[in-house]
Amino acid sequence: MYAFEFHRPTSLRQAANLLAKAEDGRVLAGGQSLLPMMKLRLASPGTVIDLGGVPGMTGIERKGRSLVIGAMTRHAEVENSPVVKEAIPALAHLVSVLGDPAVRNRGTIGGSLANNDPSADYPAACLALGATIVTNRRRIAADEFFQGVFTTALEEGEIIVKVSFPVPSRAGYEKFRHPASRFALAGVFVAKRGGEVRVAVTGAGDSGVFRWEAAETALQGRFVPKSLDGLKPSTDGMNSDIHADAAYRAHLVAVMARRAVEKALRR
Amino acid sequence: MTTVSLTVNGQSVTKDIDPRTLLVQLLREHLRLTGTHVGCDTSQCGACVVHVNGVSVKSCTMLAAQCEGAFVTTIEGIAEGGRLHPMQEAFREHHGLQCGYCTPGMIMSAIDIVNRKGTALDEATVRHELEGNICRCTGYHNIVKAVIAGAEAMGGGMRQAAE
Ligand SMILES: Cc1cc2nc3c(=O)[nH]c(=O)nc-3n(C[C@H](O)[C@H](O)[C@H](O)COP(=O)(O)OP(=O)(O)OC[C@H]3O[C@@H](n4cnc5c(N)ncnc54)[C@H](O)[C@@H]3O)c2cc1C
Ligand code: FES
Ligand code: FES
Repeated sequence: MYAFEFHRPTSLRQAANLLAKAEDGRVLAGGQSLLPMMKLRLASPGTVIDLGGVPGMTGIERKGRSLVIGAMTRHAEVENSPVVKEAIPALAHLVSVLGDPAVRNRGTIGGSLANNDPSADYPAACLALGATIVTNRRRIAADEFFQGVFTTALEEGEIIVKVSFPVPSRAGYEKFRHPASRFALAGVFVAKRGGEVRVAVTGAGDSGVFRWEAAETALQGRFVPKSLDGLKPSTDGMNSDIHADAAYRAHLVAVMARRAVEKALRR
Repeated sequence: MTTVSLTVNGQSVTKDIDPRTLLVQLLREHLRLTGTHVGCDTSQCGACVVHVNGVSVKSCTMLAAQCEGAFVTTIEGIAEGGRLHPMQEAFREHHGLQCGYCTPGMIMSAIDIVNRKGTALDEATVRHELEGNICRCTGYHNIVKAVIAGAEAMGGGMRQAAE
């Protein structure tokens, strides 16, 4: 790890000011992605701004028809929250299969979204649920937020403060985990709210999380696994690597989608 | 340099450190608490697990500077008055180790599991919860046995059996 300057601001404004002033600054949340990247020298910020001491960035709240989660809320808190389990049980399940307990004790939702790893779990939930990402400057719809592998709509100096999820009538998440890393080889989040169905796929696409529109249309007809019979995403745009080739990933997406719908109906 | 003050195994510590010092480096190199091991240094193996404010954390994936005001417990801090912690005792009793490299992390993770899931654990739960702890020797069988027995003992099972 290269040397850096370390700051521990005690307010969001202070954090934003430090970030604006720093030549090559990065905020540090749970450190479960940033620190491993810094150790590998894939990231080498000159200034690290720890959000751990900033008040008002954690917490889970049901606000009318939305579930609002603070950016610094740890994965373990979401996994175990009675409010999340009541409002969007699929979200609590998603977090319970993310990484391992020690990772979940540190990692945060804000860090996961800002990072936008192409195999991460939270991006699928945000996109399928039509979440809004709230920063220190503006509100960004999930459809605009995820812009490709490790790329988001966040501008320089922008800090995620919270995420707001509209509560769906039904939702389910299934992922086929890479057995060693536990990241998704293919993960599918399905959500139904009123007449709208959204299907988001992580781990499989070569430009990160994406919506599988053919499946959405099929499920809009009837929200049952059978509606997906014979449906498979195209292998164009599927990721191919040492873990799985494009055809296998496309197959996994189809299987995970059916299972996710089954799960969503079980509630 | 930055200054960090924290409590390690009940003792307050204040150190001037390079900001890039990892918690595991602070423990092993500055405080000479070498019970906490580094297996991978890439956040995967769990040999470095300690408790920070009561929950398990990979100490190779946390900056020491992030521990300002924190309470840290390492494998050295769990025995009481010269008596092994029930989870340590269970690993000894059930031969839950071979080379022992992964053991400190296994035990700190196991205690965290009990803190979250209670003292009556089944095999499937233990295996799922130990996903972040890798052992290259044992095949996990005796580790799982030890965790289940240690959990029971933490609930008072061991004392009853001994009486
Ligand atoms: C062994 C292991 C297994 C894992 N398995 C999974 C898995 O199965 N699925 C999965 O989804 N993830 C997995 N992860 C990643 C984990 O979820 C991370 O916690 C997460 O990706 C990053 O969150 P963090 O809080 O640790 O962020 P950090 O590592 O602190 O930061 C990540 C990036 O986000 C930026 N950032 C952080 N917070 C904010 C904010 N509020 N506003 C703007 N930018 C911000 C940082 O500057 C940095 O660029 C795993 C990690 C490890 C180590
Ligand atoms: S040394 Fe920390 S996880 Fe392996
Ligand atoms: S006992 Fe050798 S690594 Fe686990």
